[in-house]
Amino acid sequence: MAEFALPKHSKIVKGIDYPLKGDSQNTKKINVYRWSPDDDENPRIDSYTIDLDQCGPMVLDALIKIKQEIDSSLTFRRSCREGICGSCSMNIDGTNTLACLKSIDDVKGDINIYPLPHMEVIKDLVPDLSKAYEQLTSVKPWLQSKSDPEKGKSRKQSPKEREKIDGLWECVLCFSCSTSCPSYWWNGDKYLGPAVLLQAYRWIADSRDENTEQRLEELEDSFKLYRCHTIMNCTKTCPKGLNPAKAIGEIKKLQLERK
Amino acid sequence: MKMQSKSHGVVHWKLQRISAIAMIPLVIWFISSLTFSLINSYEQSVAWLQNPLNATGLVLLFGTLYFHAASGLQVVIEDYVHNEGLKIMSIILIKLLSILLGVLSILCVLKIYL
Repeated sequence: MAEFALPKHSKIVKGIDYPLKGDSQNTKKINVYRWSPDDDENPRIDSYTIDLDQCGPMVLDALIKIKQEIDSSLTFRRSCREGICGSCSMNIDGTNTLACLKSIDDVKGDINIYPLPHMEVIKDLVPDLSKAYEQLTSVKPWLQSKSDPEKGKSRKQSPKEREKIDGLWECVLCFSCSTSCPSYWWNGDKYLGPAVLLQAYRWIADSRDENTEQRLEELEDSFKLYRCHTIMNCTKTCPKGLNPAKAIGEIKKLQLERK
Repeated sequence: MKMQSKSHGVVHWKLQRISAIAMIPLVIWFISSLTFSLINSYEQSVAWLQNPLNATGLVLLFGTLYFHAASGLQVVIEDYVHNEGLKIMSIILIKLLSILLGVLSILCVLKIYL
């Protein structure tokens, strides 16, 4: 059955409280999920109070500040700090998003930060995404064609055809959407999830790709595709403002036209 | 596993939607008939059911209803029951039960109608 309660070893306990060093009127308390594979402890919530006058505007700035100045053991993924790499996806203030795109001012009260929901945790805010990457590989997210382009030239695509992949190519594969989807929580081993299905549709919608039929055939499966019950958490949470639910709907529409 | 999945991807999804849409007019018709046709007694109910249009409507409603219920419950079970054996058993049980109830309901309508 689906697991509705946390296993004993996953129950979260109260952790260490790091009060503000020094004096400031402009402070924020940040509660962060901590878990390490190296000891046998339960996960805990550590609280860090930081001076916002000495911190950048985004949640990622706060995390970097904590790591540099308060607790260097805090572990999280980050790279570009501008919403392009998709590394710093995590659950902030109850919503999956990119820490680098989430403004500290947007959160009223304390900021609660957890790793992406329902994934195995490697350490602290770092989830294990290997299964999701495997699923991404399974939809062959690259151009497939038998024909050759005109010699020395790139493949032609009209502006109208190009428009069809707008809202799809922008995905940075942060997996905020897939890990917000209850269907992916319960059946993540078989259901591909919104992120991967949006990628699949990105290549189905691309006029230059010649393997559309094969791609649709692969997806025509009650678990891979039809576990989507239009819950729409994916679209609501996407930090890039994309609409994976619509992409899935388009795939379903194409399936209907095929059969 | 794969064979079972392949056979009811788009087909299952499509039939579930069609039966849902079909039930919109059927349910509206059924409830409004019960509300507005002033059925107050046993005799009136029997007379209502002996109208061929009403009997046809009710047979269609029962057929769609049990089909839709069975396919919806199947999706719920596939979502939440992860034990392969228990899953298949539950789905078969639900299908048999909905066929049983569907046939029984339709026969009851026919018995009064005929």
